[in-house]
Amino acid sequence: MILARVVGTIVATRKDPRLEGFKLLIVKPVSPDGKDESGYVIAVDTVSAGSNETVIVVSGSSARMADGCKEKPVDATIVGIVDTVTLNK
Amino acid sequence: MFLGRVVGTVVATVKDAALKGQRLLIVQPLTADLKETGKRIVVLDAVGVGAAELIYWCRGKESSFPFLPEEVPTDNTIVGIVDELHLC
Repeated sequence: MILARVVGTIVATRKDPRLEGFKLLIVKPVSPDGKDESGYVIAVDTVSAGSNETVIVVSGSSARMADGCKEKPVDATIVGIVDTVTLNK
Repeated sequence: MFLGRVVGTVVATVKDAALKGQRLLIVQPLTADLKETGKRIVVLDAVGVGAAELIYWCRGKESSFPFLPEEVPTDNTIVGIVDELHLC
């Protein structure tokens, strides 16, 4: 799983029917100390994340194990909203 | 599986129901000679590791197998604590 920040939304009218009803967000990976990393990911949101929130994104086939994603064409899912990140000294 | 060190923790109140009660940790991947390599990732803990411990974890769908029959949405899970490491 990676940490990421919600930076946008995606609207798609024509899509795989199994994706209907899903909220799609654009997330940007961030390091544990909060710095932006390269690239973007489009992820299905199962936890009602908001704009600019730091979230946990699970990717690969495990993304389909999130609530409501079984047998859906999904490879990245937001499964948690981060409250705090603590790094060892 | 890969070598890594636990470098932090993540707290998330709102999360997938199957993640309730699971510990979310941050791991720094390491090479075999324990040099840092690659980005730090968020992992689940299947063995009860402590802060700064040397561990190994598995990646992909297999990382949800320690929690079966529950289907936990994780793509990286710590499956062991390293006691000793010997290189030839």
